[in-house]
Amino acid sequence: MSPSASSSRSASRTSGQPRRAAVIGGNRIPFARQNAAYAKASNQDMLTAAIEGLVARHGLAGEQVGEVAAGAVLKHARDFNLTRESVLGSSLSARTPAYDVQQACGTGLEAAILVGNKIALGQIESGIAGGTDTASDAPIAVNEGLRETLLTLNRAKTPGQRVKALTGLRPSQLVPEIPRNVEPRTGLSMGEHMAQTAKQWGISREAQDEIAASSHHNLAAAYDRGFFDDLMTPFLGQTRDQNLRPDSTVEKLATLKPVFGRGEGATMTAGNSTPLTDGASAVLLGSDEWAQERGLPVLAHLVDAQTAAVDYVTGNEGLLMAPAYALPHLLARQGMKLQDFDLVEIHEAFAATVLTTLAAWESEEFCRDRLGLDAPIGALDRDRLNVNGSSLAAGHPFAATGGRIVASLAKMLHEKGSGARGLISICAAGGQGVMAILEAA
Amino acid sequence: MAGTYAGLVNSPVGRKLATQLGLPRPATLRRYAVGEPLVEGSVLVGGLGPAPVAERVRALLKSEGIDTVDELADGDRVAAVVADLTEAAEPSDLDALRALVAPALRGLRPSGRVIVVGREPSSANGFAQAATRRALEGITRSIGKELRAGATANLVLVGDGAEANADAAVRFLLSGRAAYVDGQVVRVGPGTPTEPADWAKPLAGKVAVVTGAARGIGASIADVLARDGATVLCVDIPAAGDSLARTANRVGGTALQLDVTADDAGRQILDHATARHGGLDIVVHNAGITRDKLLANMDQARWSSVLDVNLGSILRMNEVLLADGGIRDGGHVVLVSSIAGIAGNRGQTNYGASKAGVIGLVDALAADEGLRARGITVNAVAPGFIETEMTAKVPFATREVGRLLNSLNQGGLPVDVAETIAWFSQDANAGVTGNVVRVCGQSLLGA
Ligand SMILES: NC(=O)c1ccc[n+]([C@@H]2O[C@H](COP(=O)([O-])OP(=O)(O)OC[C@H]3O[C@@H](n4cnc5c(N)ncnc54)[C@H](O)[C@@H]3O)[C@@H](O)[C@H]2O)c1
Repeated sequence: MSPSASSSRSASRTSGQPRRAAVIGGNRIPFARQNAAYAKASNQDMLTAAIEGLVARHGLAGEQVGEVAAGAVLKHARDFNLTRESVLGSSLSARTPAYDVQQACGTGLEAAILVGNKIALGQIESGIAGGTDTASDAPIAVNEGLRETLLTLNRAKTPGQRVKALTGLRPSQLVPEIPRNVEPRTGLSMGEHMAQTAKQWGISREAQDEIAASSHHNLAAAYDRGFFDDLMTPFLGQTRDQNLRPDSTVEKLATLKPVFGRGEGATMTAGNSTPLTDGASAVLLGSDEWAQERGLPVLAHLVDAQTAAVDYVTGNEGLLMAPAYALPHLLARQGMKLQDFDLVEIHEAFAATVLTTLAAWESEEFCRDRLGLDAPIGALDRDRLNVNGSSLAAGHPFAATGGRIVASLAKMLHEKGSGARGLISICAAGGQGVMAILEAA
Repeated sequence: MAGTYAGLVNSPVGRKLATQLGLPRPATLRRYAVGEPLVEGSVLVGGLGPAPVAERVRALLKSEGIDTVDELADGDRVAAVVADLTEAAEPSDLDALRALVAPALRGLRPSGRVIVVGREPSSANGFAQAATRRALEGITRSIGKELRAGATANLVLVGDGAEANADAAVRFLLSGRAAYVDGQVVRVGPGTPTEPADWAKPLAGKVAVVTGAARGIGASIADVLARDGATVLCVDIPAAGDSLARTANRVGGTALQLDVTADDAGRQILDHATARHGGLDIVVHNAGITRDKLLANMDQARWSSVLDVNLGSILRMNEVLLADGGIRDGGHVVLVSSIAGIAGNRGQTNYGASKAGVIGLVDALAADEGLRARGITVNAVAPGFIETEMTAKVPFATREVGRLLNSLNQGGLPVDVAETIAWFSQDANAGVTGNVVRVCGQSLLGA
């Protein structure tokens, strides 16, 4: 350890502030469209590949890191120890502990916050946060009726009891249950929920298509300038996100038929909503000292994080509006304004998600009545928003999105220079939202 | 080897057939494995007159626990012969070589070795000595063609006063590391070699960069350098990142996804090596491509991409890597040429240009006063037919010819090229610079 590192450590101790976790680097595999390039890959395959690329880039083969926290949203029952199994299949030391995290689309970012907080508290010196999801290799469960029959059969002790249990079988019970993108308490898909919120806020079709087109253009430009050369490792012959359409235009997007919402006011299409995607990501975090000992440059630090949830069940608030509620807490704690951020990453679950979130922060009424603020949070300079593209272009394998954004934003901030600050906002099923602030080292 | 010529003639039926037809039968070559002795059996060591190098070789082998004999008793079988002809001055002196080596050949053990030691013809005194010195090359190459069962013959030319520096070359050529090096001339000059603490880890503590490390020969180079103790920075294009990660994790090194033709490639490599590994000692420029077409049909894109990847990028990277603050003093640079760069190849004007250019570059860098003063060696390997994904794509007939047109009657393996590169990278081998060693099983092409 160098003298400067040890002095900064003791300085942070004496000031009573925990140290900050460093974001050192990241890796993801290109994201693929559902039932396409990764149709036969499992969550474990993809998470392992993401970890392997990260290990290679940072020279961690055989090393024991503090912990690996990752997860998946669509998960097979057999994957109860998904992350630990992925670690065992990786080049990391088998003595690296791991656990699964699950917070719908917030999984990846929440995992990074968990690892980051343990580092900040000095409980671990390094860790990997990640996420993976496959919409192709989805778990298929037996029908609830069949499941009950089978469990009864299993409990049966006599042949008579067994026969009795089996006579309860009905052909309809043989239809399997495939996971659906539906909120259990409302029976509405996430897209339908979003369509309601977009309508309430009067979000136009044009504005959504513009967000989508620029997502594709920004992501394509990032690839072209080699931005992902040290953030990505190819997988199964895929070297770029399969969903990326560099030649996407507002005009072409305008020709698509709405898929969510009904009638005249329906604005949400397959072009301005993220498609189902397969992929995985991983982020390397550590203390500054740990990074320095390995000659690993620190890209950024995890400054703060906040998770919020809204009551969407009563219809009182939109399903994906929780990030709007998380932000004021962060701003107050950090003494910042939204406009102070050099870069802002708002996960594009739908183009409309980004637009309603921005509209809410601009709305005096919303900020006063819902957030209890004296003044609106205000407008965000669009030049700072999702500058290297986001989920509309890259795709959104649910749990993998957090890791994608943390690593990319850390690198972008690093390119901007020391002190640059960035904000991450990710909405999640169940009316939740996860946010984090990064600052360039 | 299923489905190959070697597989056929080594099958029970095929073997009989091959013997009856007088077809060549490729031997299984002795290849180096950690912990194995330099050679399996005793070594006949002799020469003409005082034979100063023979004296050193006896000491070297003794330290390795290997028996040496001065002359052959009836029925003796040896694993190798080392013939020191450094004192040869007249054509009649050459009979000493015949007298020493000839009786040993019939009983030479499988994958045996004949090493002839001589002096540089260009530094000879007078016509007779120059002619005699050069004659050694003709003898050695002819022995190589005569030998069977995986045995090889090579010539080591030792500069005046550089006798001590020949140890590393003799060690290498005797060992299984040189399995596919045959009919070659190695030149040993001045320099200050340092022996490793442990010959099982001759590159311990060194940092190496290998370009094109995702697969093929490059992946094997990374494996061998790491086995020999080096920390390896593995470089390949981003699109090959998954195989690159496999190499890097296998060797416990780091992966850098980088196109070597990028303007800042040298800077990126040096920064990575310095930040992560504390410096750079060994540079292996292995990345290379082929874009074959007859010159009559060659477009500009094929032409310039091959020249830029195989030659232009190396020149640009070297500006940073070889400058002060780049590779450390006493470091080693190894380039990868090809027999196509020596012999030429139909449809490979672009490739032949680049690989001949590599040889020109090695000559110039090895002669550079600045690099010499810093003790930096620069050498090249010129692989012949090596079994890789590249050559697996060659049509069957052409491929079989490529495999057979050499003294060992088989293609080499990536590890054979890698072993030679690892030897060029040893501090113990500091006397060898400006060499182009073919790893070709004494291919007839360009010989
Ligand atoms: N295989 C043979 O028989 C043979 C014979 C003579 C010489 N060689 C030489 O040996 C070297 C390795 O050949 P191989 O058979 O392993 O080939 P290969 O094609 O299997 O591997 C070459 C590697 O270099 C990488 N590469 C290509 N362009 C690159 C670039 N611009 N930047 C970074 N990496 C790049 C490739 O991605 C690949 O991983 C080459 O220089 C080749 O010319 C091979």
